Amino acid sequence: MNTEAQGAAAPMLDQPADRGGRAQPMLIAQGLKRYFPIRGGLLNRRVAEVKAVDDVSFTVLKGETLGVVGESGCGKSTLARLLMHLLVMDAGSLIFDGDPVGTEQGLSLRDLRRNLQMVFQDSYSSLNPRLPIEESIAYSPRVHGMERGQAKRIARELLQRVGLRPEYFGGRYPHELSGGQKQRVNIARALALNPRMLILDEAVSALDKSVEAQVLNLLGELKREFNLTYMFISHDLHVVQYISDRVMVMYLGQVVEFGPVDTIYAQPRHPYTAALLECRLVVDPAGRIDTPPLVGDPPNPINPPSGCRFRTRCPHAETVCERTVPALGAWNGNTAAHLVACHMAHPGSGHSRAAPAPVVH
Amino acid sequence: MWLYAARRLLMTIPIGLGVTVICFALIYLAPGDPVQSLLPPDATAKDVAELKHAYGLDKPIPVQYLIWLGHALTGNLGRSIQTNQPVLDEVTRALANTIPIAVISVILAFVIALGLGILAATRVGGILDRLATGVAVLGISVPQFWLGVILVIAFAVELGWLPATGMGSSGSEHFSWFKWSEAKYAVMPIIALTMTPLGILMRTTRSSIAEMLALDFIQTLRAKGLSNAAIVIHAIRNALPQILAMFGLQLGYLIGGSILVETVFTWPGTGFLLNKAILTRDIPLLQGTILVLAMAFVLINLVVDLLQTAVDPRIKRA
Amino acid sequence: MSGALVEAPPAADARAQGVPAREAEPATRVRGYWGNVWQRLRYDYATLFFLFVILLIVASAVFAPLLSPFDPNKASMAHRLKPLFYHDNILGTDEQGRDILSRILYGGRTSLLMGIVPVVAATFVGGLFGVVAGYAGGRLNTIIMRSMDVFFAFPSVLLAVAISGSLGGGMVNQLITLTVVLTPPLCRVAETSASQIRSMDFVDAARASGASTVSILLHHVLVNVVSPVLVYASTLVSASILLASGLSFLGLGVSPPTPDWGLMLSTLREAIYVRPIVCAMPGVAILLTSIAFNLVSDGLRQAMDVKA
Repeated sequence: MNTEAQGAAAPMLDQPADRGGRAQPMLIAQGLKRYFPIRGGLLNRRVAEVKAVDDVSFTVLKGETLGVVGESGCGKSTLARLLMHLLVMDAGSLIFDGDPVGTEQGLSLRDLRRNLQMVFQDSYSSLNPRLPIEESIAYSPRVHGMERGQAKRIARELLQRVGLRPEYFGGRYPHELSGGQKQRVNIARALALNPRMLILDEAVSALDKSVEAQVLNLLGELKREFNLTYMFISHDLHVVQYISDRVMVMYLGQVVEFGPVDTIYAQPRHPYTAALLECRLVVDPAGRIDTPPLVGDPPNPINPPSGCRFRTRCPHAETVCERTVPALGAWNGNTAAHLVACHMAHPGSGHSRAAPAPVVH
Repeated sequence: MWLYAARRLLMTIPIGLGVTVICFALIYLAPGDPVQSLLPPDATAKDVAELKHAYGLDKPIPVQYLIWLGHALTGNLGRSIQTNQPVLDEVTRALANTIPIAVISVILAFVIALGLGILAATRVGGILDRLATGVAVLGISVPQFWLGVILVIAFAVELGWLPATGMGSSGSEHFSWFKWSEAKYAVMPIIALTMTPLGILMRTTRSSIAEMLALDFIQTLRAKGLSNAAIVIHAIRNALPQILAMFGLQLGYLIGGSILVETVFTWPGTGFLLNKAILTRDIPLLQGTILVLAMAFVLINLVVDLLQTAVDPRIKRA
Repeated sequence: MSGALVEAPPAADARAQGVPAREAEPATRVRGYWGNVWQRLRYDYATLFFLFVILLIVASAVFAPLLSPFDPNKASMAHRLKPLFYHDNILGTDEQGRDILSRILYGGRTSLLMGIVPVVAATFVGGLFGVVAGYAGGRLNTIIMRSMDVFFAFPSVLLAVAISGSLGGGMVNQLITLTVVLTPPLCRVAETSASQIRSMDFVDAARASGASTVSILLHHVLVNVVSPVLVYASTLVSASILLASGLSFLGLGVSPPTPDWGLMLSTLREAIYVRPIVCAMPGVAILLTSIAFNLVSDGLRQAMDVKA
């Protein structure tokens, strides 16, 4: 029945070559900062700022899926846009596969965008309502100099690949698609440049549970097939657990815990992570809890609390938490794989629950 | 709220300056030498030299503007070429005739538009709704000056009920709004002026009230068992800031745009003055009248915005 | 969503190809945004009727030489101010004995010109500034939009009279005046729309693919700004005709022998005691044209308000 798409495969743009070798992390982010000014007063001067992303550093390994979780407003989406260079960062640097981004010798912005693409959250505004979806997908290869007909062939192949028959869907407009279908188109569009890494910003959050599962499975297949690395941003802890290799937990623009998914889900070290995990719905009636583990809204990011930003909602807060900002570090001499920003996890921090400082000989 | 008000006040300054720039530029839009257009045709060389000196017309344009602005800010808008009267006096005298008919027209338009608009909004699709829609379309489509002519034909020529033009035998100096023999001169200008704002207001009232009645919070009120009248009052109260803004805007439009109606009825207001200035190519009079009218419009908008801050709870909190 | 014009493929087919779980495919024919607009207009008979009226008015203006019973400028002292249905002068004659109907037919040319040309010009100028301001944001936006605000400080009639009164009469001056008056509101509409589009994810997606600003403006912003701007521009046609006729009425339009509805009303005004009905005729033409354009633009707005 379906003969058209079975023709010779249209050559996609080549996937950018691996430059740093297997051991080189795909992405190293160092000290990323982005403050949004709040203007006010008589002359609309800058009176305050929202510290949306405040000194965030992390690495993404080749071939892994890094999950990023946190409540809404914690800076996850701003982080994604900083990585894509859709927002200018106030400070910080990126190293993509060993090459510093945006420097003379390193990777140009255009090259970064061939390597790194993003799938957007909102399926309503993520597709141009006046373009047929195959045009939306074909747009980026054309930007990179591909001839029109070929770009369109690639778009149709990708549609096929994400499970939408090009002969039925290619000419459709976004409003004629369901949320799940639009998200498939978003994924196809991100793949059109044949990138090596995808940032998925709440890519399945707005979907029905059944559709969400289908899209997650699709993402898994695509990852293997196109040899991709994922950064998966979500507020849904179940989904993150399912898809991630490692997890980064954010609170008010900062990283509070970072580590392998199993370790973090089994033994959360930061009280915020622990509280988040307790908030999940439990199937077993005996395991249900009656008191909410986390109360109140996150504090105002314009004037975040001093010291540890979580202390206002933390059951274990002590005076040290008020005075000192906890550093993100390995806890209790464990391996560097599991990092926590909590005084309780750092020996000698002065917190009553912390282990005593190791004796230095 | 005070912060908002103060900021709104500050914002008026650049706008006001922009208006003066445009008004100043009008002299240069006029064909020919600006000196010639500022003086009567029979002006002597001495007059020319005096004017050039007074306005710095031999200096660069930005300097000319500053000199002109200095004069304007102290109320010196020059003299009319035709009457040799100070322009400011002419304009204020005319304004005293324009403002009453404009205010009465806007109030009239408001009362009718609100009444009919609300009735229409609560009976969407009914006869009244169609009537309101018809009035709205007519109001925004009808040329005011033609409406004026039609009114004259009907009430002055055919029926002979009302005087066709002017302000009555006693003239504008002793005009009394409280004597029918004189006030009747204002009836047709007011009707002609009312039509356009009526059309615009009818359309906005109808659609905004109808929209609001469909909102969730109104549905909640209805579910709580509130009567229709009480619900409509709720809706109006919510639309009040918007209605207020429209009121100011329409008032400004009428005061600034009364030229056509006043020309038809030879009503001696600012519009009539403008027409006189155009016919006689009296550029100082034209420029001064336009400056005063535009400033009046800016001022009305400012006052309305400030009033709105007092009425609108959302702004109050900010 | 009716009429299965394309047969949905059987589900088994999908599995046979090893395509991962496919979602139900809507069985509608592919129709673009403009297709949808037309689809809606097709059943809006009132709008279609007034569209037809506009076509008639345009045709009567274009074919005025064929339709006019008389030369519109041929004066006759013997036949001054004749009533309706006076011999072949169906709508009577004016104060110089010229045929009113012929002058109305020819006058339509001026009025339509004044209704359409300034709106088109202002759409280009205002649209360009608005899109640039809306997409660029920041300081450029402030400069452009605050300059436009100054023009908003004038009621439109006053602004028109100010410019026209200084420039003087004549067709070109009138066109310039109307274009200047109509540009700021169009600029504002385009700016609002463009700045909304700018914040949409698909623009970010285009930026993320490395597209240039020009390419994004052309492929993503313009196509989305076009329909709100066109809808708004269509509402201005009637306003432009009314303004133009007002200016002509004040003697700021075309120069006297040329037939023009506003000018005709102005000169016939002296004769309202003699031939009241005849004197009102040019106004009927203005009113009819203005109503037709207003109602069609209303219909257009409804038809274009499609989520597409």
